[in-house]
Amino acid sequence: MLAGLAAAAAAAAAASAAPPDTIAQRVLACVPCHGNEGRATNEGYYPRIAGKPSGYLYNQLLNFRDGRRRNAAMAYLVAHQTDAYLAEIAAHFAAQRLPYPPSRAGNAGPAELERGRQLAEHGDKARAIPACASCHGGALTGVLPATPGLLGLPRDYLSAQIGAWKAGSRRAAAPDCMAQIARALGPEDIGAVSAWLASRPVPPNPDAVAAAGSDPPLRCGTVPATVPR
Amino acid sequence: MRRAAAIAGALLALMLAVIGGLLVRGIAEPVEAVPAAAVAANGPTAVAANGPTAVAADGPAVVARGRYLALAGNCRACHTERGGLAYAGGRAIETPFGRMYGSNLTPDPTHGLGAWSADDFWRALHHGKSRDGRLLYPAFPYPSFTRMPRADADALFAYLRTLEPAATPNRAHELRFPYNQPGLLALWRGLHFRAGTYRWQADRDAEWNRGAYLVQGPGHCNACHTRRDAMGAPVLEADLAGGLIPVQGWYAPPLNGTPGAGLGDWSTAEIVQLLKTGVSARGSVAGPMAEVVAQSLQHLEARDLQAVATYLKSLPPAPAAPAPVHGEEAARVFAAGAVLYERHCKECHGADGRGMPPAYPPLAGNRSLTQTSPANPIRIVLNGGFAPGTAGNPRPYGMPPYRPLFSDAEVAAVVSYIRNAWGNQAALVGTTEVDRFRSAPLE
Repeated sequence: MLAGLAAAAAAAAAASAAPPDTIAQRVLACVPCHGNEGRATNEGYYPRIAGKPSGYLYNQLLNFRDGRRRNAAMAYLVAHQTDAYLAEIAAHFAAQRLPYPPSRAGNAGPAELERGRQLAEHGDKARAIPACASCHGGALTGVLPATPGLLGLPRDYLSAQIGAWKAGSRRAAAPDCMAQIARALGPEDIGAVSAWLASRPVPPNPDAVAAAGSDPPLRCGTVPATVPR
Repeated sequence: MRRAAAIAGALLALMLAVIGGLLVRGIAEPVEAVPAAAVAANGPTAVAANGPTAVAADGPAVVARGRYLALAGNCRACHTERGGLAYAGGRAIETPFGRMYGSNLTPDPTHGLGAWSADDFWRALHHGKSRDGRLLYPAFPYPSFTRMPRADADALFAYLRTLEPAATPNRAHELRFPYNQPGLLALWRGLHFRAGTYRWQADRDAEWNRGAYLVQGPGHCNACHTRRDAMGAPVLEADLAGGLIPVQGWYAPPLNGTPGAGLGDWSTAEIVQLLKTGVSARGSVAGPMAEVVAQSLQHLEARDLQAVATYLKSLPPAPAAPAPVHGEEAARVFAAGAVLYERHCKECHGADGRGMPPAYPPLAGNRSLTQTSPANPIRIVLNGGFAPGTAGNPRPYGMPPYRPLFSDAEVAAVVSYIRNAWGNQAALVGTTEVDRFRSAPLE
C-alpha cells in the first residue's frame, strides 16, 4: 500500500517534470552550431538549415547517417535515428521562415567575383559545367523538393562542400551530379564561385521555387527526394 | 632490417618455446569435454547437438531462430560498413593492436561464406578457426560465441545462407608488429581461450540460465564491460566489472551488483526498459551502447531481456571505490562549474539534478557520471547526443554539443561539478583529460 502510494507519487512527480512534447524541443541539440531555429549566421562555417527544402535536409541527414557525407559530429548525432524521425526533423527546419542577415562583402577582388558570377549564372559550356542557376533556381534560392538554395551561406562552408565533392568525401545518391560538376572545377573556380555566392544578398522572397518542368542539365539521384510518406 | 629480422626470429622462437611448454602442460587448445545435456539454453527449440551435422532443408523456424541470434549477437555491427550492405563486411574496428575489418558473412561464393559448410561455420564460432584452419583474432568474439550450442550455431548459419550474396571483397587486417604474428595469436589462445558451450547451472532456474547464456554467449557483453589486460584479454576476476573501451574511449560501466557504480540499486524493470528503449528513469544509453540497443537489444523478446536483467541482478558486488579526497582547488572548481550548470544545464537536468526522465536523464545518482573514469560525462558534454531511436522511444530528445562553446577548463569544471553535486562523489576532472577526449574519435 505504502509502496503503491510512493510509486504513484513518484509517477506524478515525473509527469509534472516533462519537457514540451514538441519537435522544436527535441532538436535543441542542433542549436549550438546551426543557431536558434536553424538560422546560423553567414559567418564562420556552420550552414543555415532554416528554410532549406525539406527533401534536401532529409537527404543530408541520411547521407551523414549512412556515410555518404562525412562530418564526425553530424554522423555521431544522427547515427541511430530512424528514417521517419530524420524526415520529421528535416520538415521542422524546412518550415522555418526567418529573416536572413545582410550578405557579407568578403575580401574577394572584382575579377574573382566576376569569374564566380559567370560560372554561377552561365556555367562554362566548353568544360561541360552547367550554371548553378540551371538547377538551383533562377534566383538561386533552391528548387523544391530537394535542391537547396545557395545564398545566405558562409563562403568557407560553400568552398568546403564543393571541395569535398571533388575529393569524394561528400557524396549524394547516384547519379551524383554535383560530384561530376565539382570534378570539372579547378581550385580557383571553387574559390570564385563560393566568394560570389556568399557575397550575394538574399532576395525578398528567399523560398525555394517549384520545379520548372524543363529538363535539368544533368541527372541527379537526389531529385526527387526520397521522403517517406 | 637485419636486426629487426633477428628480433622477430628470436620472438618467434620464444613464442614457439612457450607454446611448446603450454602443450606439454596440456592447457593449449584443450580438447573440450562437455556433456551434451549441458548445452541446452532454454530456447524454444534448443537441441543439444554436438559434433558435425549438415544443414539440410532448413525450415523457416530454424532460419527465424538464426535471424534472432544474429540480432542478439549484433553481428551486423562489425560485419556491416556504415551505409553498406548488411553483413557484407568492411567496417573498420580500431583496436590497440591495429585496425581490423569485419568480414563478409553473406553467401557470396568468392568473398563471403558461400563455400562454407555448417561444420566450417561451427569451427569458426566455436573454435575460433577459419575454414582454412587459420586462427581467428578474438576481435571476433568467439571466446563468447563458443558458449553457443551447435543447434544455435547451425541456425545462425542457416539464416546467413538466406542473405543476398554480396560480392564485397574482404579487407586484410592492418595489425602492427608483433600482433600480426600468428605465433602470438596461438600463444594468446593457449592462455585465454577455452572452447566450450554454456553449462547449465542446475541450482539456478531456467530464466537465470537463459540470461546467463545470452550475456556470456551471443550477447558477448564482456567484450566491452570487462576490462582487458595489456594483451587484450578480459580480466576474468573482474568479469562485467566495467572497462574503458580501448581506442573508442567510452567507459562501459559495471554490470555487476556494485552499489552506485553497478546495477545494485537498479530494478530489473529499469534494466529491461533501458535495454528495450534506450532510456529509463535512471539514465539513457549513449555511444557504443546506443548502437547495441538500436541494432540488437530492442529487437529481443521481452522475456529474454527480463532473463538478462535477472542474471545481471544476480552478479555479486565488487568493492566500491573509495570516496575521493578533494584538494584545495575543489571549492573554486565547483563554484565555476555551478555557474556553468546554472546557465547551460539546469533547464533540462534541473536545479536538483533530477532531470526529466526519460527525455532528459537525471544527473543525481547517475552512475555514468561518477565512475572512476570520467570518459562518458566528458564526451557527452563535448559532443551531446541523442538516445537511439527505438520502437519504444522513436523520437528521442537531444543534448547539444558544448564543444563549440566550452573551453577545456569549462568542460572540466562542469563535469567536476556534476560528479560531486546532489550527493554524487567522484574525483575532479582535469583539462588534460578533457583535451584527450576532444580529439577522441566520435564513431
